[in-house]
Amino acid sequence: MGYTILEKQELIPGQTTMMVIDAPQIAAKARPGNFVMLRASERGERIPLTIADRDSARGTITIVFLVVGKTTAELAALNQGGEILDVCGPLGRPTHIENSGTVVCVGGGTGIAAMHHIAKGHAEAGNRVIAVVGARSRNLLLFCTELSAFCPELRVATDDGSAGHKGFVTEVLKDILDSGETIAEVVAIGPVPMMEAVSRVTLPYGVKTTVSLNSIMVDGVGMCGACRCTVDGKTLFACVDGPEFDGHAVDYAELKARLWQFREQEQGAMERFSKECRCDG
Amino acid sequence: MAEMKTKRKIRPRVAMPAQDALARAGNFNEVALGYSREQALVEAERCLQCKTPTCQAGCPVEIDIKGFITALCDDDLAKAYDILRQTNSLPAVCGRVCPQEHQCEGACVLGRKHEPVAIGRLERYVADAFMRQTGDTPDACRAATDLDACIPSRPERRVACIGSGPASLTVAGYLAGRGISVDVYEALHEPGGVLVYGIPEFRLPKAVVAHEVDGLKALGVTFRCNWVGGKTITIDDLFDQGYGAVFVGVGAGLPRFLGIAGENLVGVFSANEYLTRINLGRAYDHLNHDTPAYHARRTVVIGAGNVAMDAARTALRMGSSEVSVVYRRSEAEMPARREEIEHAVEEGVRLRCLCGPLSFHGDNQGCLKGLTVQKMALGEPDASGRCSPVCLDGQTEQIPCDMAVIAVGTRPNPILIEATPDLGLNKWGYVQTDPDTGETSIPNVFAGGDIVTGSATVISAMGAGRRAAQEIARRLL
Repeated sequence: MGYTILEKQELIPGQTTMMVIDAPQIAAKARPGNFVMLRASERGERIPLTIADRDSARGTITIVFLVVGKTTAELAALNQGGEILDVCGPLGRPTHIENSGTVVCVGGGTGIAAMHHIAKGHAEAGNRVIAVVGARSRNLLLFCTELSAFCPELRVATDDGSAGHKGFVTEVLKDILDSGETIAEVVAIGPVPMMEAVSRVTLPYGVKTTVSLNSIMVDGVGMCGACRCTVDGKTLFACVDGPEFDGHAVDYAELKARLWQFREQEQGAMERFSKECRCDG
Repeated sequence: MAEMKTKRKIRPRVAMPAQDALARAGNFNEVALGYSREQALVEAERCLQCKTPTCQAGCPVEIDIKGFITALCDDDLAKAYDILRQTNSLPAVCGRVCPQEHQCEGACVLGRKHEPVAIGRLERYVADAFMRQTGDTPDACRAATDLDACIPSRPERRVACIGSGPASLTVAGYLAGRGISVDVYEALHEPGGVLVYGIPEFRLPKAVVAHEVDGLKALGVTFRCNWVGGKTITIDDLFDQGYGAVFVGVGAGLPRFLGIAGENLVGVFSANEYLTRINLGRAYDHLNHDTPAYHARRTVVIGAGNVAMDAARTALRMGSSEVSVVYRRSEAEMPARREEIEHAVEEGVRLRCLCGPLSFHGDNQGCLKGLTVQKMALGEPDASGRCSPVCLDGQTEQIPCDMAVIAVGTRPNPILIEATPDLGLNKWGYVQTDPDTGETSIPNVFAGGDIVTGSATVISAMGAGRRAAQEIARRLL
C-alpha cells in the first residue's frame, strides 16, 4: 500500500539521506518548488519535505532530509525496497519561472537539495543560473555534481574554509551582486537565518528575492492554518499561498518562534523512538 | 378531573445515559453512552404516530421517522434500520452529531407542550444495535444502502468523488448499490473527512466512522488516500480516465482568523489545527502517536459554535486546568447545539459571554501570555436576527492564557478551485451549484457540502450528496 523506496543513499553519513521514491502520480505533476507531505508509519506524524528532483518518465520523486527528529529518524531507518506509508503531493504553488536572464540560487545545508530542483527549472527555462552553496564544512555540501551539470557557475562557501570561500554564502552573493552583472532574481533556500541574511543583502540592490519557507504543517492541503506566516503585514499560508514568498516581506522573527512551538514534544517522541530502537536492536 | 381523562399522559423524555461529567473530562471515551433496548422502546412509545408527521419535513434527508419508530415499537430492528437507510447512509453518525433540536425534533408536535421525541437518540440506538447484531460481517449491500440486493457494478459506469467526508460517503453509498463503480479520492491519509479530523472521539468515535467506510469498501467502493484533488489529479484528468461524473466534496478550507494583534504568537491555534492534531493525528494518545499537541494550563477558545465547544472540551481532556469560551454575544445567541454547551459547562468549561477579543499579547519569546477583551452589551437584533453586540466604552479585561484556539469558521479550500478555473463560484467564493441537482457550472461535475454552503452540518452535506447522487444515477443508468 505504501510508496516504495527505489534508491537510498546516505549523502552525509549519520545525517542526510536521499531517497528516490516510486510515486508516478506525484512525479507526473511535480514542478520545482512543490513539496510532499509524508508519514513514515501508522503512528507517525505528517511532515512536509520539498521535492528535490523528479523523473516523470520513471515515475519517481527524490527527497533529501536531515535527521532532526523522530519522523526523519524513522525515515532514515527505512531501506531500499522498503515503503513509506503515506506520500501526498505535489503540494504548494510551484516556483514562478520565466526566462528572465541571470538567476542566483543560494542553498544552505539540506536546503541545497530543495534549491537544486528550482535551479534546474530556471536552467531549463533558459536562464543563466549561478548556484551558491554553503555548509559548515566541505563534507556537508550536497548536490554539487548535479548543480554543475546545468549551472555555468557554482560558488561554494564553507564556515571552516575547507572548500571555496571561507565564510558565509551572503559574502559570495554580495560579490556577485557587486560584479555588475544584471541579476534578475535571487532564490534562497536553507535555514531561516540564512534566508533572512540573504534577503538583507539583496534589499539595497533592489533585486527580487524569493525564499521557501519550511513552516510547521499538519495537513499541508490548506485546512489547518499551522503554516501561517506574516508576509508584507498579511497572514498567508505556506502550504497553499507558498511555500515561496518575497524574501523582503517575510516576518522572520515570527517564523523562527513558530518553528519552535513543539520543541519539547518533539524531543519526547525522539527519545521514545531512540529507546525503542535500542530495545529492538 | 374530566380533563385528565381525555388527555393522553405524556411520559418525560428518556434521559441519555452519559459518562459522569468529572470522569469524562479526563478521558476521550464517548460521552453519551446510548440507549439500552428497554430505554429505546420506552422512548419510541412516546411518539404520537401523527397522521401527517411534521418531523419528516424537518429532516434534511427526509427520513421516514414515523416509520422507523413504528418498526422499533414492533421490536423489528432490521426493518427500522432499513427505513433509516432508505434516505440516510450514515445513521450511526447522524444519530450522534445532527442538531436534531433544529430539525426533526424541532418539528415534533409533542415538542409544542412537552419535550419532543428523542428522534436522534433512537436513530443512534437503531444503527448501533443493528451493527452489533450483524457483527463484523454485515451484508454489505444492506449495511450501506437501502436496497435488498445491490446491482453488481459495471466498470464502464464510473464516478469519482473528491474528498471523503459525509457528502462523498453518501454519494458513494447511493451509487455503489446501483451498479455504478465509485472511486473516492482523499487528500489526507485516512478517509472520513471532518468526521475523522474534526469531530472529537468523545462525540463520534472513529470506530463508528471506520465501520461506515468498511461497509462502502465491502460494496466495492475504492478509497484512494493521499490523492489531492486539483494537485495529484484534476477534474480534467478524471474525465480523461473515463469517469462519467465527478462529485466535489472537498469541504471547508482555511480557517478564518480574527485579524487582531498577536494572532500568530506561539500558542494561538485555529480550531482546525488544534482538533486535527488531536483527532486525525491521535495526539490524545501521545505516548503511542507522534503528532504533538500543545499543552496549556489556561486555554481560551474564541467562538461559540459546535467546533468551539469541541475545542474547549478537548482542551480540558488534554489537561488544561482552566478553559473558557470567549463570545461577544450572550449565551442565548451561541450557535452551538444546546446539548454541547451544557456538556461543556458540566465538564468545567467557563463561558465568558459579552467579551469581544481585542488583542493577544506575548512574552519576549513570542509565546502567548494573555488575551485582552472588550466588554460588550446586547443591542438591537442584526441581519441574522440575533442581538448585535455593542462595545462598552473603556471597559476591557485581561484574560491570562497560554493557549488560544480560534473557532470562528472557515473559508473555502482554495486548492481545487484554483486548479479548476471553469468552476463557477458564488459571491462568497464557494462553488455555485444547481440547488435541485447539485451540478456545477461544468457539466457532469457535481458538488455538495461545506465547499458549496460554507461551514454547515454533516446532515446538510449528506442531503446535498444524496440529491447529486440521484441525478448522477439518473444520467448514468
